[in-house]
Amino acid sequence: MISIVNAVIYILLAPIVGGLVAGIDRKVTARMQGRVGPPILQPFYDVGKLFEKETVVVTISQNFWVISYLVFMAVSGALFFSGGDFLLVIFAFTLSHIFLVLGAYASYSPYSHVGAERELIQIIAYEPMIILTAVGMYLVTQSFNISDIVASGIPIIEFLPGVFIGYLMVLTLKLRKSPFDLSTSHHAHQEIVKGVTTDFSGPNLAKIEIAHWYEYVVILGVVWLFFGFNPVIAVAAIIITYFLEILIDNTFARAKWQFTLKSAWLIAGALGLVNLATLYYLRGGVWL
Amino acid sequence: MNELLFLIGFPVIIAILMLFIRKEKLRNIIVILSAIAIGVTSLWLLVTCFNKNTILYPFPFEPASNIMYVIELLLAVFLLYLGIKYRKIITIALVLIQAGLLVFFETYLVHGMEPVNNLFVDQFSIIMALIIGIIGSLIVVYATGYMETYHTRHPEVKDRKNIFFFTLFVFLSAMFGLVFSNNLLWVFFFWEITTICSFILIGYSQSPEATNNAFLALAMNLLGGIAFMIAIIYIGIIDPSGKLLELNTLIMSGQVIALVPAVLICFAGITKAALMPFSSWLVGAMVAPTPVSALLHSSTMVKAGVYIIVRFSPVLAGSLEGFLIALLGGCTFLLASSIAISQSNAKKVLAYSTIANLGLIVACAGIGTYKLMWAAILLIIFHSIAKSLLFLCVGTVENRIGSRDIDDMSGLIVRMPKIAVMMFIGIAGMFLAPFGMLITKWAAIEAFIVAPLGLLFVAILAFGGSITVFFWAKWMGKIISVPQVMERVEDTVKKEKWAVLYILAGLTVVVCLIFPLISSILIEPFVFNIYGQTAQLAQANVTIMAMMLFLLMIMPFTMLFSRKDQKYVGPYMSGMTTSPKMQFTGAMGTVRDTTMGNYYLKDYFGEAKLFMLGTALCLGIIIFAAILTAGVVL
Repeated sequence: MISIVNAVIYILLAPIVGGLVAGIDRKVTARMQGRVGPPILQPFYDVGKLFEKETVVVTISQNFWVISYLVFMAVSGALFFSGGDFLLVIFAFTLSHIFLVLGAYASYSPYSHVGAERELIQIIAYEPMIILTAVGMYLVTQSFNISDIVASGIPIIEFLPGVFIGYLMVLTLKLRKSPFDLSTSHHAHQEIVKGVTTDFSGPNLAKIEIAHWYEYVVILGVVWLFFGFNPVIAVAAIIITYFLEILIDNTFARAKWQFTLKSAWLIAGALGLVNLATLYYLRGGVWL
Repeated sequence: MNELLFLIGFPVIIAILMLFIRKEKLRNIIVILSAIAIGVTSLWLLVTCFNKNTILYPFPFEPASNIMYVIELLLAVFLLYLGIKYRKIITIALVLIQAGLLVFFETYLVHGMEPVNNLFVDQFSIIMALIIGIIGSLIVVYATGYMETYHTRHPEVKDRKNIFFFTLFVFLSAMFGLVFSNNLLWVFFFWEITTICSFILIGYSQSPEATNNAFLALAMNLLGGIAFMIAIIYIGIIDPSGKLLELNTLIMSGQVIALVPAVLICFAGITKAALMPFSSWLVGAMVAPTPVSALLHSSTMVKAGVYIIVRFSPVLAGSLEGFLIALLGGCTFLLASSIAISQSNAKKVLAYSTIANLGLIVACAGIGTYKLMWAAILLIIFHSIAKSLLFLCVGTVENRIGSRDIDDMSGLIVRMPKIAVMMFIGIAGMFLAPFGMLITKWAAIEAFIVAPLGLLFVAILAFGGSITVFFWAKWMGKIISVPQVMERVEDTVKKEKWAVLYILAGLTVVVCLIFPLISSILIEPFVFNIYGQTAQLAQANVTIMAMMLFLLMIMPFTMLFSRKDQKYVGPYMSGMTTSPKMQFTGAMGTVRDTTMGNYYLKDYFGEAKLFMLGTALCLGIIIFAAILTAGVVL
């Protein structure tokens, strides 16, 4: 059931794929803003340069939080791609995010402190929807295992359109795109400096960047699950989805945390839950 | 049977000893030795009985029951006296009603009743006995050191340590009695003893606040006791032979007979487990010295409430009443978790988290499929360990820094590094993969999704589970954010306290590693005996979690490889000039410390608003269930 080969391939290749996605993201964003933009490989140059810098820390524990964040991000992703239990993957991701949050708390800068609090608000905003996504996949395929979900060959999107829209909403949160880039942002217009990453620099910042790349690949992998019955459509769906996210990123102003929390929960409840309830009812799940 | 009688009787003997020993040192030694004896005996019970399923013991009904009756009447008189002294009219009324029901039963119904198998032990009793015998005893040992410091810090509180330790040991004895009694009348007797013990312990400091909260706890639990007594009378009326008073016979007799008493007893369990709308007594109980809170929250009292509900879970399964009880638990889980976000008092956060988790246990038990019962029992185990550890850590911190506010705990990792690490382990045990509570939440999601109307509970878990992440994580963050150069202050903590904390922290981790073993030798056979099938986690997932735990344990060693010549800089303050101690000059030349508070989101998760909502919802559910049950009886 658990494929070690897939896990190893993920750990080796995901940073490359994720880095490329980040590079393309920057290029497309630049074009939308009427700029030429950096080369596609710019994220790799950036990370390479960061690694050459001296490690500067506020407290030595920052090193520990960052390396744990990176390691558990890779482990969670490997679990996803080796076909493990979807819920376990979600919980493992939460664990790795907590490491990032704690890393931000470890420095006593007000900016990273506010960033950490906001990151936590983001977690409670998106997590219910992601769990509901996993539950939805279970209702369709009768399994929580990613391997079974992929192997089922069922066009999951036909059964879970509401859940998919809800997932797109939290994708914006997960990718740290405007209007939901509360805790930290890839743009230079963050009112809390760089939020959770304020006091990370040099190699530590590079590791956080690599962890993001690992994460990109998994959250786009979930989009694949919805369309997994046909790889061509799945790839197209991922490209369209990502393009949409960039478009949203460039057309919306940042929201407050109140709006973020409310809208994320509202959509999880209105679209995700209603979708699941309908499916549950049709499957005769009311009184077994 | 000797182990059972020892576990029930021995603490009573020690309790009486406690009344007469005045020497501090002698008392501490006796407490530690008897705690070891109780712990070892409960382990011995595990070794001798784990493979024998249910063992029934025909302990004679007569003299014991009469003694209990007399004690209960004496206690009623004692409570009446206190009620009159403090002018608590509600308490007086409740005591009178309950005593009246008891006298009615003993006068008109008990004659001719001859329940035979009055004591029993099965795997679930063993689990409970281990929790009481090991965690309960550890807390009592911790209390020896704590109470000394407590009285030096609170000179205004009268030193009544004799009564205190007397009550603690009676409490343990009553809990053992409760989980080993197969006779409902006896369960009720021990049930009432726990109520009165908690009443005495909560009111220990005798301040007006403590007295009021103690009476609040008493009133709510008496209300539950009345429901329990009505259940016993109902059984007495439908079955004059008294055979149905035996717990195992009653549970196996099917819904037609057992549903009404089951619902009434579950109501008693709900009051004892402090689910909404009765949650206020447990929140109020935090005025008591911290070992009392630890005891009430982890191994006694509230666990008695969920114990009885889980026992009756097979009766509730599939009934509308069962669904309503589960719904009450689910609402409590969601709302209590939310309220915990808005609290800055560490003990209050812990209290609301306890209430939430008890709600989840009751939600599992109310639906009552075999998978959910498995999850409920696992939740009881993990929650006891992590919660007792957290309470004792908070108690130690409070004794050192003089505050139980989470915002005052910043930099704890520097001030009290060992305590901080243990607190970290306890908090991680409450909400992070691959630790205990998360394993059970995960198992509960997978179990609810295949249960009748389970989607509702899956949604509750999805939202409630995320909410818990918020309040635990910000607490963790506070511990590790170090504002300035701080002094280490934990050297004065006593040896016994350290020992207890180390054992509990070790248990939190070890039980996560060996829970498949606990599941296979205790929980699975128990569930299998009732349902004919049993649940377990997939082997692959268990392996993955063990690997994650291992990885978590080796991660700290990466710190050893950090380069020693790291360059340190101050935290980013956007160019604001600060001193190395994180102070800056304010207006008029004042020097100010940099301080930071956590988010509490009071507008969204405020206590008053959500508590009102919870009371309204849960009271509605109870009234609906009451009407349904009354309909069945009539």
